[in-house]
Amino acid sequence: MSYTRDVGALARKDFLLELRARDTLPAMLIFVIATLVVFHFALPAGSSDLASNGLLWVAILFTALLGLGRSFVPEREGGVLDGLVLAPCDRSAIWLAKSLAVLAFLGLVELVALPAFAIFFSGVDGTTIAAVALADVGICAVGTFLAAMASAGRARELLLPLLFLPLAIPIVVGGVGASVVANGGRYLAFLALYDAVFAIICWASFEYVVTE
Amino acid sequence: MIRARQVEKRFGEKRVLRGLDFELPRGGFLLVTGANGSGKTTLLRLCAGLALPTGGELDIDTSREHVGFLGHEPLVYRELTALENLELYGRLYRIPERRERIGMLLERFGLWEARSDRVASYSRGMTQRLALCRALLHEPTLLVLDEPFTALDADAAELLDRELADRRDRATFVVATHDPARVEFLASARLALAA
Amino acid sequence: MSSPNSRLPALAALALGLVTAATALVFFFAPLDADQGLSQKIFYFHVPIALTAYACFGWGAWKALLHLWKREPGADLESYVAIHQGVIFGALTLLTGSIWARASWGVWWTWSSNQLVLFLVLFLFYCAYFMLRFSVDPGPQRANFSAVYALFGVALIPVSFLAIRLASDFIHPTVFTSAGPQMSGKMFFTFCVCLAAMLSLAATLNAVELSGKRLDARLRELREALA
Repeated sequence: MSYTRDVGALARKDFLLELRARDTLPAMLIFVIATLVVFHFALPAGSSDLASNGLLWVAILFTALLGLGRSFVPEREGGVLDGLVLAPCDRSAIWLAKSLAVLAFLGLVELVALPAFAIFFSGVDGTTIAAVALADVGICAVGTFLAAMASAGRARELLLPLLFLPLAIPIVVGGVGASVVANGGRYLAFLALYDAVFAIICWASFEYVVTE
Repeated sequence: MIRARQVEKRFGEKRVLRGLDFELPRGGFLLVTGANGSGKTTLLRLCAGLALPTGGELDIDTSREHVGFLGHEPLVYRELTALENLELYGRLYRIPERRERIGMLLERFGLWEARSDRVASYSRGMTQRLALCRALLHEPTLLVLDEPFTALDADAAELLDRELADRRDRATFVVATHDPARVEFLASARLALAA
Repeated sequence: MSSPNSRLPALAALALGLVTAATALVFFFAPLDADQGLSQKIFYFHVPIALTAYACFGWGAWKALLHLWKREPGADLESYVAIHQGVIFGALTLLTGSIWARASWGVWWTWSSNQLVLFLVLFLFYCAYFMLRFSVDPGPQRANFSAVYALFGVALIPVSFLAIRLASDFIHPTVFTSAGPQMSGKMFFTFCVCLAAMLSLAATLNAVELSGKRLDARLRELREALA
């Protein structure tokens, strides 16, 4: 279907850009490891595993923010966003492609971060990994959308975290719940619900974010 | 092709365009002139479909895939090569025989040798030529060009002259320029905007 | 458009009347709570203020939808003013909730109060709304961004509520159970009058701010036209 092809072409461009610049991915990797180390020092001795689990989610959230902050910079630089908006493709494809790219980067970073977390703190079980996967979808969908808006204004680096964090609170609840509660199934279902609701809203309204 | 009736565009309280009326039939060439700040760029963005008027009616009788736009910004990724940029647009506009068309255009505008260099390394003139390639890539029937001769040296400007003359009977044009004498002979209608 | 200015005095009078009636009822009519005593009376303000804030956010989202969907010219301003009122009432909710918590349980804040936590999240969300508005120049883009963000807010309310519910819920006394309000007839009546009072107060403030802003915009328009 042509929609998928458009998304593919656009996502391909995003991967190419990262391959060329090679700045976002290494930065996110170093950031997440550094954050985990900081957490070690931030947690007083005798803190439970539960506390460190919570911090995993904080680390993921802020690492994602780092990547998201840069996500629409290439589009704003050459005014390219106008070029993409002029193209006959559906405008939501721009958002979807960018989200998928950020999702891929975040996933790659987590492939390193989760084992690191398991080594530094406590083990990571299957439910946690599932929760991370589901949460990533929500983070990338909403974060990419907000990044597009934030990049259009002044003080964009300040604005994105402000817009993103309140919306990320349910994700943290779902994620931490799934990690620490014995039967985390409810929380996984909640994360899936969050993803569905907000992905649909993002998909339907991206058109309005890029047109006047 | 384009019909404007009492078109108005405002940003907040500032009214950039007001009471604009004109009609551009298919195959026409509208030459837009006016001082800086008179709203030329805004008008062209409206004609290209990048913005909607805040008042009045603007009918553009063509779909997005037939519109070619050249603005103040080149609309290309600085970190990608010319080839990669045009590949992307080629895919988005579903151009048949993409490779051939891209090669042909790059050659015509003298960018073939630099095709695998990052756009960030281009001079202003080269970037503008690439922007023209991008605008013409999909053989648009409505060409909206905002000061297309900017940054072009004498050779490139002549090239553009020829392109415009070549396409004159195949497309409808809306061109804003500070150098109206250059394209005067092509124009079928003129619009002078006052600040 | 029917002149809102003619309705304003009537609306203001209604609000004044209702607020006076509500205050009188709360202090002289409603029964004194057995264990919480006088401090329980805050409930009659806290919950209506909270519900009014929700109503303002909902109204703001509705206007936002009209802006995006029907491209109604005044909708963006109305949405902005509604959300502004919502934030004011939201802040009051947090304030009254905090006072109630202090009076009832001796703490200024408690995380186990679902309502309060939800409000804090929403308060942050809508504060960011203003940051968004201030960082983009006025125009269709800013209006679109604000509208889309307002719609996000409306989706966030139930999702956050669910999230906070999942995260636990014991202390905050539930006002309405599925069987019906846990209140006696007198309490319920007082509550309803208070709710009506808060809603009409919000509507009045909304109308006042809206007419002020419209006048402002008109003035600037005229100045522009004459320049």
